[in-house]
Amino acid sequence: MAIPKRTKRLIDTTFGDYKFGFKSKVDNYFVSHKHLDNTLVKEISEQKKEPLWMTEFRIKSLEIFNKKPLPTWGGDLSRINFNTLHYYIKPQDSTKTAWNKVDPNIQEAFDTLGIREAEKEFLAGLGAQFDSEVVYKSVQDALKDKGVIFDSTDNALREHPEFFKEYFGKIVPANDNKFAALNSAVWSGGTFIYVPKGVHIDLPLQAYFRMNTENMGQFERTLIIADEGSSVHYIEGCTAPISSSNSLHAAVVEIIVKKNAKVKYTTLQDWAHNIYNLVTKRAFVYENGEMIWVDCNMGSRLTMKYPAIYLLGQGAKGEVHSLAIASKNQHQDAGSKIVHGAPNTSSLVSAKSISKDGGRSSYRGLVKVNKGAKNIKSKISCDALILDKNSRSDTYPLMKIDEEEVSIAHEATVSKIGEEELFYLMSRGISEQESSSMIVNGFAEPIIKHLPMEYAIELNRLLELEMTGSVG
Amino acid sequence: MTPKHTLEIKSLYAGTKDKKIIKNLSLKINSGEIHVIMGRNGSGKSTLLNVLMGHPKYEIEKGQILLNRKNITKLSPDKKAEDGLFMSFQHPIEIPGVSLTNFLRTAKNSITKKHISPIEFLEQIKKYAKLLKMTDSQIERSINQGFSGGEKKKSEILQMAILEPKFALLDEIDSGLDIDALKSVANAIKEIFKKTKMGLLLITHYQRILNYITPDFVHIIHDGKIIKSGGKTLARELEKNGYEKYISKK
Repeated sequence: MAIPKRTKRLIDTTFGDYKFGFKSKVDNYFVSHKHLDNTLVKEISEQKKEPLWMTEFRIKSLEIFNKKPLPTWGGDLSRINFNTLHYYIKPQDSTKTAWNKVDPNIQEAFDTLGIREAEKEFLAGLGAQFDSEVVYKSVQDALKDKGVIFDSTDNALREHPEFFKEYFGKIVPANDNKFAALNSAVWSGGTFIYVPKGVHIDLPLQAYFRMNTENMGQFERTLIIADEGSSVHYIEGCTAPISSSNSLHAAVVEIIVKKNAKVKYTTLQDWAHNIYNLVTKRAFVYENGEMIWVDCNMGSRLTMKYPAIYLLGQGAKGEVHSLAIASKNQHQDAGSKIVHGAPNTSSLVSAKSISKDGGRSSYRGLVKVNKGAKNIKSKISCDALILDKNSRSDTYPLMKIDEEEVSIAHEATVSKIGEEELFYLMSRGISEQESSSMIVNGFAEPIIKHLPMEYAIELNRLLELEMTGSVG
Repeated sequence: MTPKHTLEIKSLYAGTKDKKIIKNLSLKINSGEIHVIMGRNGSGKSTLLNVLMGHPKYEIEKGQILLNRKNITKLSPDKKAEDGLFMSFQHPIEIPGVSLTNFLRTAKNSITKKHISPIEFLEQIKKYAKLLKMTDSQIERSINQGFSGGEKKKSEILQMAILEPKFALLDEIDSGLDIDALKSVANAIKEIFKKTKMGLLLITHYQRILNYITPDFVHIIHDGKIIKSGGKTLARELEKNGYEKYISKK
């Protein structure tokens, strides 16, 4: 998401507030019809030359999807029309490992988004998904030599089926929720990572998810396995063009953090305001392992996303640091889910939300402590910043504690940008715009500090952009 | 000799929507002068400074504020700061996540319309921090966060020192300070005053700070207007005898 100055200017002047709103012209290789049925699911599976068990998994998942009602909690899902969406759009014949093999218009899109520059400067590997397929991926040779696998989930299924038989759909089963079922039926693209025992990947691996076609669904599926004593930082970025009709992004992310391993998963999404973003993310963490979700949610019409951590081995640790910004006509229903399934496990959740111009943000969180998970520690803090009278923030914390020897702390604060704070900063010669921007950035700072520097700078800039004209 | 800068308050009437607080107040301050305003609680002292700085809570009904004869009555606080006005807050605000140093550098750049490098700026700020006996960790922290009452007041004077205003309005800068802190704050004010020859308008309840900073004028404010002006002896007399004499005379 680091944007070169040259393209930044172009984007700013062309698209105003939402700077990722451009659309690329692409001659797609394959476009599915819009009717969600077995034929469609088989067609996707065929395009991908999948093993039979996966085709069957998809068909079964579609059944589950059809049976499950829409959730009645969270946000308003009634305006999603499942029969007007493109479920599968394949922009080119296969995933390329050199940019010059990628469709020039797609190349240009990722160039404009600053992804190619980021790849050169500070990434160990990059995957770029355009609509339904990963069009480009590469990873440093040194990592390949150590046995690291970083690939599109589709390729990995063909080349490393053993991982899929063991883990795929085991962390997030198809019947977990309606959108996990939908993803399981029509999934395409996403990232597969395997980090072998004891291997530490110093620079982040990144995937970028770009939705380009109107009225489409993007259903990437990500599976990350960090073997014993290994570590990896994975970053995902997401954007889409502005359009008047709705699109759907329903991803499933499954992570296995084995003994003494560490996974950090950072999301920076700034969806256009017509996207329904309904994502299921979950990590299983074993003995002394550590999972950190850093989740920054901007844009979209509705986001429902609650990164989950199941602490399944002694001494496992989990952290969720999240930031949500809800603007006009937006609802960010985000939170976290922590399950303490083993003794001496600890969790930390820090959730911050900013609501402005009539936007609504909700924190929805669950902490569950299973019987026998003695001596666990959990700390949850939610802070909401509300910028005007029309905006709203709610907190829905839920705790299910089946064990007595636990230490759990929960704090929630709601604050407003007050006239006093603004007056204080302005009395030092700083404009109203910049003053409010400072207050917002200051509020978000405890989350932003978990990002790599390049992304922190970019996020601060996005926040400033979000703040333009929001005060007064 | 004509003063370098002037701040004039001309027949000022101001207050909140429901309440008139400042009623026909006039005062002229030249650069290089120290004025002190004293008065009972609720007499309009703090309101006056907030009105001068442009707090949105207050409305100016009539009258003018002129800085070097420029009418700044209706300017927003940031524009007033650009023109050279500064106010230290009686209760400085805490702003989480915004470092004092970064904030002050932004303010300085914005007022001077120049760009000072972070390293050069850090040297400047450390020089004044030393004068105020502030630690490096305090200037690296978020604005006023976790500061004691005394540290907050020091942070206000640090900001004044960096921003080098033409006129500084100090609202009870001495309240909440222990004897040592009072001394370092007062000495810092004196030093900055000497260096910049700014005009100072101090509000205080106590004569104590005036042992360090010698005023040229002392004004008594009551019911939103100045009822008596005098020299430095007036403050001492007030401390001894109280306001009764001046107020009942009215």
